[in-house]
Amino acid sequence: MVCEAWKAKLDTYLDGELPEEEMRTFDAHVRSCTSCAPDALTRLQMKRAIQVAGNRFTPSDEFRRRIQRSIARKPQRSLRLAWMLAAAAIVILAVGTLTSTYRTRSGREQALRDSILQDHVFSEIADLHVSTLASTSPVDVVSTDRHTVKPWFQGKIPFAFNLPELQNSEFSLLGGRMTYLDQTPGAQLIYDVRKHHISVFVFQERSLRVGSELEWPASLGENTLSPKKLPFNMETWSQGGLRYFVIGDASTADIDGLAKLFKAAA
Amino acid sequence: MSGVDTQSDSFEELAMPLFDQLYNFAHWLTQNREEAEDLVQETYTKALKGFSSFQLGTNFRAWMYRILRNTFLTSRTGLRAASTVPLDSEDNGPELAVENATPETILMKSSNSQLVQSAIADLPVHFREILLLCEVEEMSYQEIAETLSLPIGTVMSRLSRARKTLRDCLQRQFQKG
Repeated sequence: MVCEAWKAKLDTYLDGELPEEEMRTFDAHVRSCTSCAPDALTRLQMKRAIQVAGNRFTPSDEFRRRIQRSIARKPQRSLRLAWMLAAAAIVILAVGTLTSTYRTRSGREQALRDSILQDHVFSEIADLHVSTLASTSPVDVVSTDRHTVKPWFQGKIPFAFNLPELQNSEFSLLGGRMTYLDQTPGAQLIYDVRKHHISVFVFQERSLRVGSELEWPASLGENTLSPKKLPFNMETWSQGGLRYFVIGDASTADIDGLAKLFKAAA
Repeated sequence: MSGVDTQSDSFEELAMPLFDQLYNFAHWLTQNREEAEDLVQETYTKALKGFSSFQLGTNFRAWMYRILRNTFLTSRTGLRAASTVPLDSEDNGPELAVENATPETILMKSSNSQLVQSAIADLPVHFREILLLCEVEEMSYQEIAETLSLPIGTVMSRLSRARKTLRDCLQRQFQKG
């Protein structure tokens, strides 16, 4: 049956996806075929009905403004500048205080560079932490059981890591989600301690270095705590080829406590 | 003007015209306003951060939809939806989608947009997304292939099966009604 062969390609024809010559041949056939013509017409009407029905949801004006603000050049720029200026001010102050004690001139320059980079990393991590907590669904895997949360990441991120045992500690695990830092996939775990939420981020150190705008400073190593004037406390370290960040508005003792549990579990 | 400013300007100029469509697509995927807003917000954040890796001159729309769709697939709703994808082969080419019953005719008579919306919403997510990209976004097979990271043959066969499933669904709804 010749028409069966035509009809098998009817949708492709109506999508305009047949080769040019075949489209012309098909056109000629459909115009003259009493079997294919009604089929083509009804399928075309179906396409239009789906198109009309599919244009269903409209974003609110408030949401549109929110997106525009988030990607607009000037606010972005001023925010970035504010971060850089604030970071530079803190660093200069800190470096200035330390100068008379034990740092050399070359050491100060290195410290300045490292500290600015540290603050840049810190702001990225802080953004991720805040946006996660602001989300209506902050975690993708909801469980207090590390034996549920850890396997959930299998196949989703290109590395494995251990979660600490929390018995006899004040921390409780709320869940986890996938995250990205400079387009590098990683894991984000959310913990609770006395109603404060703490995020623990884990990334592959090697992946963060490759293709990243951030040159990881050597001094961003063991026990680097965040600048005290900023709203969060953070600790970061590298262990077993992985880079860990622990961040939250909990006390530095709590941040340090959770970091120690992770270090022991790694 | 610095390179960063120029880049941010370009991103805004390219990305904002897609906002309504991306939101509509996100809402169809998540079927929830709040989740759709979160998804679009995350898409724009990721896209802006990764814009330096986007090659100007390539398909920006497909790139944005791919980010949105990948973000959706790693969300809780997306993981749940993706777990329902059947494992049957999709490489058998387009089906001969001709039936004696003609829901299209039913549709023609009823012109009921709500009926179609309900049928689209009931589709499994892998059928829903491909149908919307083709019919609503009017993407070419090549663009759909780029967006969904699929071979064109799979795009064609999946689209064909999505249409057939939608027709069957409309037929059932009409018979119920």
